[in-house]
Amino acid sequence: MRSILAVVNVLGALVAIFAAFYLLPIITTLIYGETAELHVFLQSAGMSLVIGLSLLFGTRRFRAELKPRDGYLLVTMSWISITVLAAVPLMLGEPHLSFTDAFFECMSGLSTTGSTVITGLDALPHSVNLWRCALHWLGGMGIIVLAVAVLPLLGVGGMQMYRAETPGPVKDAKLTPRITETAKALWMVYAGMTAACVLALSAAGMPMFDAVCHAFSVMSLGGFSTHDASVGYFNSPLIEFVLILFMLAASMNFATHFTAFRRLDAGAYRRDPEARWMLIWLGFSVLLLTGVVYARELYPTMEESLRHAAFSAVAMATTTGFVTADFSLWPIFVSMWMLFLSCVIPCTGSTGGGIKMFRALIMIKQFFREMFVLVHPSAVAPLKIAGNVVSNRIVNSVLAFIFVYFMTVVVLVFAQLATGMDFISAFSGTIASINNAGPGLGQVGPATNYGSLSDVQTWVYALAMFLGRIELFTFLILFTPSFWRK
Amino acid sequence: MKVLILGAGQVGRTAAFHLAREPDNEVTVVDSNEAVLRDLQSRLDVRTVAGNASFPAVLEAAGIADTDILVALTSSDEVNMVACEIAHALFRTPMKIARIRAPEYTSQERLFADGALAVDVWISPEQLVTEYIERLIRNPGALHVVDFADGRVRLVGMQARKGGLLVGQQLRTLRDHMPNADARIAAIYRNGRFIEPEGETMVEEGDEIFFVAARDNIQRMMNEITRAEEKVRKVVIAGGGHIGFRLARLLEKDFQVKLIERDVARAHSVSERLDGTIVLNGDAQDEELLIEENIDGTDVFAAVTNSEEANVLSAMLAKRLGARKVLAIVNRPSYGELMENRSIDIAVSPQTVTIGSLLAHVRKGDVVRVHSLRRGSAEALETVVHGSAERSRVVGRRIEQLDMPNGASIVALVRGERVVIAHHDTQIETEDHVIVFLSDRRQIEAVQRLFQSA
Repeated sequence: MRSILAVVNVLGALVAIFAAFYLLPIITTLIYGETAELHVFLQSAGMSLVIGLSLLFGTRRFRAELKPRDGYLLVTMSWISITVLAAVPLMLGEPHLSFTDAFFECMSGLSTTGSTVITGLDALPHSVNLWRCALHWLGGMGIIVLAVAVLPLLGVGGMQMYRAETPGPVKDAKLTPRITETAKALWMVYAGMTAACVLALSAAGMPMFDAVCHAFSVMSLGGFSTHDASVGYFNSPLIEFVLILFMLAASMNFATHFTAFRRLDAGAYRRDPEARWMLIWLGFSVLLLTGVVYARELYPTMEESLRHAAFSAVAMATTTGFVTADFSLWPIFVSMWMLFLSCVIPCTGSTGGGIKMFRALIMIKQFFREMFVLVHPSAVAPLKIAGNVVSNRIVNSVLAFIFVYFMTVVVLVFAQLATGMDFISAFSGTIASINNAGPGLGQVGPATNYGSLSDVQTWVYALAMFLGRIELFTFLILFTPSFWRK
Repeated sequence: MKVLILGAGQVGRTAAFHLAREPDNEVTVVDSNEAVLRDLQSRLDVRTVAGNASFPAVLEAAGIADTDILVALTSSDEVNMVACEIAHALFRTPMKIARIRAPEYTSQERLFADGALAVDVWISPEQLVTEYIERLIRNPGALHVVDFADGRVRLVGMQARKGGLLVGQQLRTLRDHMPNADARIAAIYRNGRFIEPEGETMVEEGDEIFFVAARDNIQRMMNEITRAEEKVRKVVIAGGGHIGFRLARLLEKDFQVKLIERDVARAHSVSERLDGTIVLNGDAQDEELLIEENIDGTDVFAAVTNSEEANVLSAMLAKRLGARKVLAIVNRPSYGELMENRSIDIAVSPQTVTIGSLLAHVRKGDVVRVHSLRRGSAEALETVVHGSAERSRVVGRRIEQLDMPNGASIVALVRGERVVIAHHDTQIETEDHVIVFLSDRRQIEAVQRLFQSA
């Protein structure tokens, strides 16, 4: 019990910090003179601050250094409580959502999925749209990684929190000797690239407000837009091109960006096997899908086929989920291929979701290793990626992860089928949600949204998004008896 | 010349043997094991001192104060380097040679520059042996391949076999076969005895022939002596120690390499650092493992473990199971003679391969490279000619005018970048690198005297 209270103490600090995040929409209300929204956001911020401070000071006596296992509890508790708090303004003010829908919307935001239940985005107050996209941005790098960067209070235990929240199989590689500095470095790269994205988008002709929102959205590989028609609203090949570039950048490992920036050496990208394979798979897929789309004569010219296929493929594969064309009308091969890509394309340490390229590479190499050992029974064959040996411990954890990943998909699909949803919607929606991609097919396709779902269906997808973002184990470990045993 | 050898291990003992049999040298050996020293002293004409090889007092007792060359050959790289440092700091020893095995040190060139480590020359027996075996594998058919002048000239020893163009012919016909490519037969051994190669000499099947040629002409020349061998594709290395690992790394890009290592932990560590080599954990004398890994389709089987008995046995087994060519590292010269050309194809003697690089530094005159051949009975050396026609006994003279001792012959010259194969009328110029083949090693004194400028 004492250790839970110690976790609650840190949680209070996180919630109080989160209150400061409301400054973004509050400033927006002042710029655009949205008085009604100003009150809503001030009330919400006040609420977060009061709850945060009372948790912090109420459990002051129990303050203690967190143990490794506390990290898992803290991550789950903080993600759920911050999602609930972030949902408050969407219920109090425009668009007056129910708790279920508001929770879904904020989970979609923080987990960088980008599925929305709101229709009429174009008519929403600026501050609400900004709030949605800002949640993406915060969730992309992670609430706790931010806290570790700005708060010395997590101290040495910070590494445990960081490991529990950061996606990817290899988490021991620190960029700098101190975890605080590592977290700071990641956020600096993240913020710097976001600023670059804002400039690039407005230079490409996007209005400033849209540029900021879409930069938040693209750098976190989220997918919220300020328009119902998503990126299709702008109908600009140049904007789409800029977005493709930043989606690719954001789906690479931020540690690679950090190394490249610090040493001013583009070779860091060449030495990163994940980035290389990501580009190879994506390049091949874009050509393949362009060919299929063109062969079916969905668009009059080759250029147009390439433009739509490339944007959709990159947006889905990197788990962003921006839309320029209704790909649910394309051959099922194309949309399923894009959903498949969303499982494997994003790299470790990026803001994307899914199984991740590193795990996919390990799986493929493990397959060939098994074949090899069948031919040479006495062979000693370590699994290597780019010349570095991957220990069997990691290979096993990757195997376990992929098993749990598929079991989770199966369970969630059955849950949706039990609610009466059709198979295509249930399957594609679950894959899109657990990969934090966004649009699926059928009832949850790119032309529609998740607003038409029943409450139960909405909660199931919200769970899928949450599980996908914190990579299953961090949450599932709370349900094992050994976790709670003293 | 006063030589101080530190360490009486295999390399140290061999160095002592080769150095002590040259009458001019006074050799002292230091080791911590007194029993080994007693044994050494009973066999060789050397002085021995027992003690820790890097302690100044021990070095002083061994007479380092007036030593010309310090050769640190203990099994520890660090002891060898420290001994050189101490010899430099306290005794100003003019020449310090250290055995350094770890590539982690030897790959740092600046460590051995002037003003850095006080090691004038480093030798790594493992590296020399590895490179030697690599040359044998890359030149199938050769029994010896040694380099001169940074590899511009090679001396190759091989056995004449049926199908070679020169076999059953007189040596003078070589010019008709190879009108453009220049090469020279340096020596012929028939039934173990040296035959002076003359124009009328007939080449017979089974002769061991040494020839020199520029590197690019080696392959054509080899076809003169034996039928062209099939290309080597599959190599099996038995033993994943220093030599086996390095050999696999040198070969794995160009050949299909399998490496057999008995120790599990060593097999893992080797496999992590190799790319493309198939590392097998098992015993190279295990018949089933060899059959399982298609030993009958293997072109070269190289047994390079630390145990020469295991090397000989696994190589014989591999040969019987169908490996096309087998070679084994064999330390004892008598073993090598017993085995070579019978149950195994090539017996590589690490001592013979290594000792040359030490000998080059004890020889008088400007000797660049020495290669010991035929288990130390013959020798090939590269020396630089200095001086003017008035003061030198060789500069400005044609080879036929030189007073070469019996059993020694000039076989090639390297003039700048150019390789000149020696003929009776070739004139020697100053700064030429001259390559001399000595079928009788005892003539070394006479050869050195000839090339020293007065």
